[in-house]
Amino acid sequence: MEARPVLPDAITAHVDDPRRRLVDQTLKRFQYRPDALIEVLHVAQGAYGFLGEELLSHIACQLNIPESQILGVATFYHAFALRPRGEHCCIVCTGTACYVKGGGEIVKALEAAYGIQAGQTTPDGRVSLGTARCLGTCSQAPLLMIDNTALGHEVVEGIAGRVAAALGKSSSGREPGS
Amino acid sequence: MSVVTLYINDRLVSGRVGQTLLKVARENGIEIPTLCYLEGLEPWGGCRLCMVEVEGQGKLQAACLTEAREGLAVHTDSERLLAWRRMIVELLLAERNHTCAVCVVNGHCELQALAAKLGVDHVRYDYLHPALAMDVSQERFGLDHNRCILCTRCVRTCSEIEGACTWAISGRGITSRVTADLDRPWGKSTTCTDCGKCVQMCPTGALYKKGATVGEMVREKTHLQQVMERRQRSGK
Amino acid sequence: MNQQRLQERVRQLREQQSTNPCRVLVCCSSPCLSAGAGAVKSALEAVAAEHSGRVSVEVTATGCLGPCSRGPLVTVRRPGHADAVYERMTPELAGKILAGHLTETPPADNLLPADLPFLARQTRIVLENCGRIDPENLDHYLAADGYAALARALHDFSPEGVCAAVEQSGLRGRGGGGYPTGLKWQLLRKAAGQRKFVVANGDEGDPGAFMDRALMESDPHRIIEGMAIAGYATGAAQGYVYVRGEYPMAARRMHKAIRDAERAGLLGMRILDSPFSFRIDVRLGAGAFVCGEETALMASIMGRRGQPVPRPPYPAEHGLWGEPTVINNVETFGNIPPIIRNGPEQLAAIGTGRSRGTKIFALCGEVIENGLIEVPMGTTLREIVFAIGGGIPGGAAFKAAQTGGPSGGCIAAQHLDASMDYENLQALGSIMGSGGLIIMSEKTCMVDVARFFMDFCMDESCGKCSPCRAGTVQMYRFLDRVSNGSATERGLVHLEELCRLMKETSLCGLGASAPNPVLSTLRYFRDEYLAHIREHRCPAGVCRMTEVPVTLLADELMQRIAAGRLDGEAF
Repeated sequence: MEARPVLPDAITAHVDDPRRRLVDQTLKRFQYRPDALIEVLHVAQGAYGFLGEELLSHIACQLNIPESQILGVATFYHAFALRPRGEHCCIVCTGTACYVKGGGEIVKALEAAYGIQAGQTTPDGRVSLGTARCLGTCSQAPLLMIDNTALGHEVVEGIAGRVAAALGKSSSGREPGS
Repeated sequence: MSVVTLYINDRLVSGRVGQTLLKVARENGIEIPTLCYLEGLEPWGGCRLCMVEVEGQGKLQAACLTEAREGLAVHTDSERLLAWRRMIVELLLAERNHTCAVCVVNGHCELQALAAKLGVDHVRYDYLHPALAMDVSQERFGLDHNRCILCTRCVRTCSEIEGACTWAISGRGITSRVTADLDRPWGKSTTCTDCGKCVQMCPTGALYKKGATVGEMVREKTHLQQVMERRQRSGK
Repeated sequence: MNQQRLQERVRQLREQQSTNPCRVLVCCSSPCLSAGAGAVKSALEAVAAEHSGRVSVEVTATGCLGPCSRGPLVTVRRPGHADAVYERMTPELAGKILAGHLTETPPADNLLPADLPFLARQTRIVLENCGRIDPENLDHYLAADGYAALARALHDFSPEGVCAAVEQSGLRGRGGGGYPTGLKWQLLRKAAGQRKFVVANGDEGDPGAFMDRALMESDPHRIIEGMAIAGYATGAAQGYVYVRGEYPMAARRMHKAIRDAERAGLLGMRILDSPFSFRIDVRLGAGAFVCGEETALMASIMGRRGQPVPRPPYPAEHGLWGEPTVINNVETFGNIPPIIRNGPEQLAAIGTGRSRGTKIFALCGEVIENGLIEVPMGTTLREIVFAIGGGIPGGAAFKAAQTGGPSGGCIAAQHLDASMDYENLQALGSIMGSGGLIIMSEKTCMVDVARFFMDFCMDESCGKCSPCRAGTVQMYRFLDRVSNGSATERGLVHLEELCRLMKETSLCGLGASAPNPVLSTLRYFRDEYLAHIREHRCPAGVCRMTEVPVTLLADELMQRIAAGRLDGEAF
């Protein structure tokens, strides 16, 4: 389980990065225990928005876990992204209640409106379209989340316009450090 | 050393306490097919081909993981089990691109041999034809994802025997894949020791020696067992 | 804090609350918040501030009250008056109502009738505090008899006694399996191990289920109390709450509740001045349904891929880090405090047969009242759908109820009078599951529902065992073909075979139960499948039938099919 050699200048390059400090504090809080991996990945994902190769390598080194296993965990759980997401996130709930009430049609309409498939980001990097396996707010079905705002009881007619309006109002998709 | 006696396919057999059903069966010349189990590695229990019926238990048991106990009555080749095995092999053949005619292990492949033995002459399911790449960045070996059945023998060999932990499964479900390090090309891996043990353990043509053409890749699997036995004798 | 000081504190808090002339409870659970509860609360606070010179009004953000489709919900509590619950509040209306209450002429706009069946027909034991207390305020929980059960357990019960009481109550696991909780605890108590662990499973992955979310968000201290009692009963000193990754608010509230309880000496070292110590950590899931399976959940707590390992060994002997571990659903832990506080007889007196106590259901889908309900085990489906749920919107006919999510099945209309208990649901080809209850009307296509669940299972399969990894894909493809009109009857035979294969050979519960939605829809709605396959027609009008093979429709081919001479057909 030999750790990947990290060059000295690669270490100093991150000293001033507050995001890296947050990750390092978390590592320390969990006393570098390997079982804290998922908690650390949550923090890293929140800080950076995605898990880049250099970041994963750093975490692997600190927790003393083989890189291959870190990648295995990061790709197993759908909450983690290995590539940057769009500026805004539009998530359509496709849980059972939302599906029964037409959530699937909404996904298709938005896919057509943005010219991307669910799970992809528009080429200009503005919007990521995703689906979720039930957000647990079934009484508002069908439901969408525009960044952190929920749109409940939606209908497929005119959905693209309402999403565009909500995107205009929403300032940013991510809260750094949340 | 205490001994257990049990019935396998109505035959009275004996084994040592702590042995699995699979091991007892094999020592007594009763063949139970497996693709993920390999002597010397921790059992994985993923291929589900070694499922057997144990009398008095409603559920089928994986022979590679079930301990042999006194007085058990086990059946390894009922019609039902054979049907399930055939279906699992068909599912595996349909899952990726197993084109035997152009495969380096044609004739020496465990999946192919098992399919032949079970009489799988056609596949009832959709061939999924996933678009999978090959990794030929390593100097001596190649990795062909098209032939991989995700048995994890290479992963376990690399972590348990070689201790390099180069391989792991990434992704999940049908999109699972064997990857090196942080999904680097094999040749760029910083942990791979180039030992080639994983290549010897692969049941199909997924890992192979470069330069081998159709049907030329023959493996040597017994040396893993030897390595493990010697380690046990010399050390722990 | 010790038991006397706790009792003294509770007395003070109660006195304080009873003298408060007006308390306003605003439901601030996720559904009500997304319906605008935040603005309603601000408006109420503004009105309360206006009147602050004359009368003190306490505005409290509470957890889920239940009738989520009517949100935002506001409850006004005044001593000597019955609670008044208002639905569909707007900031203006809420302000007007509060002002009315303060001037003794409460308006009746949007007032829910006191005997609304949705609320009146429930038996709220686990949910007794939901929508009644501020989940982020320990004092509110204490005033509602909180931690009295833990104090009683530590003071009056031996660990064996707690296990025996839980056993006597007849409580069974609420996560779906239905294993007797007391028995599970006894196993852990007797297990030999250096360390023991108690795990609360809050990885509520079933789409359409939100009981655990509501409970964790609305009454987090109850789960902590239940876990601490479990720790005392089993000899564990460490607990984990595994919260589904999609529920950040639940995780935050659990975190805060743990911290508050630790500060008050109700958790941590030497709880309530007894020799018992118990710590709880929150672990956040990261989006994998399979982590609801207990061995996968343990792998995830240990920071690994959430892949199940075969049982035996069971967690009670070989769990987290190889040590004995007990895993219960959060709702199960929610049942524990009343058992100790009120005695096991209370729970044992409710229910039917071997299913005792109450069950929380998340009622949603094609039903008028959506939301969270708690009813005695054995309540009929008809009572739930038509009396509590108010029936199907638009007068459409009831078709089926789906329980247990992707591991469960459907209950058809002919079984509307079936009793909802573990054994009966299983006999009907479904499972109790964690409590998701999705109502479907005649406008729902059952093939489409089966396809939806198979898509889910395919996506959530961990990939470890081949029957589940590859089988779910093949089953999904066939169901997709049924709904686009290109399936064949021979394919249906293969589908049923695959169902049996996965049931018998899969490694874990996810794979073994993935065929359930298919099998149960085939059991009750086979004619719908056949209508799709033979007549290329979707009786519910949902499936588009875009790919009906043209050649198949030619008369000659139809005749050949009838004669069974169409060989070499693909699945």
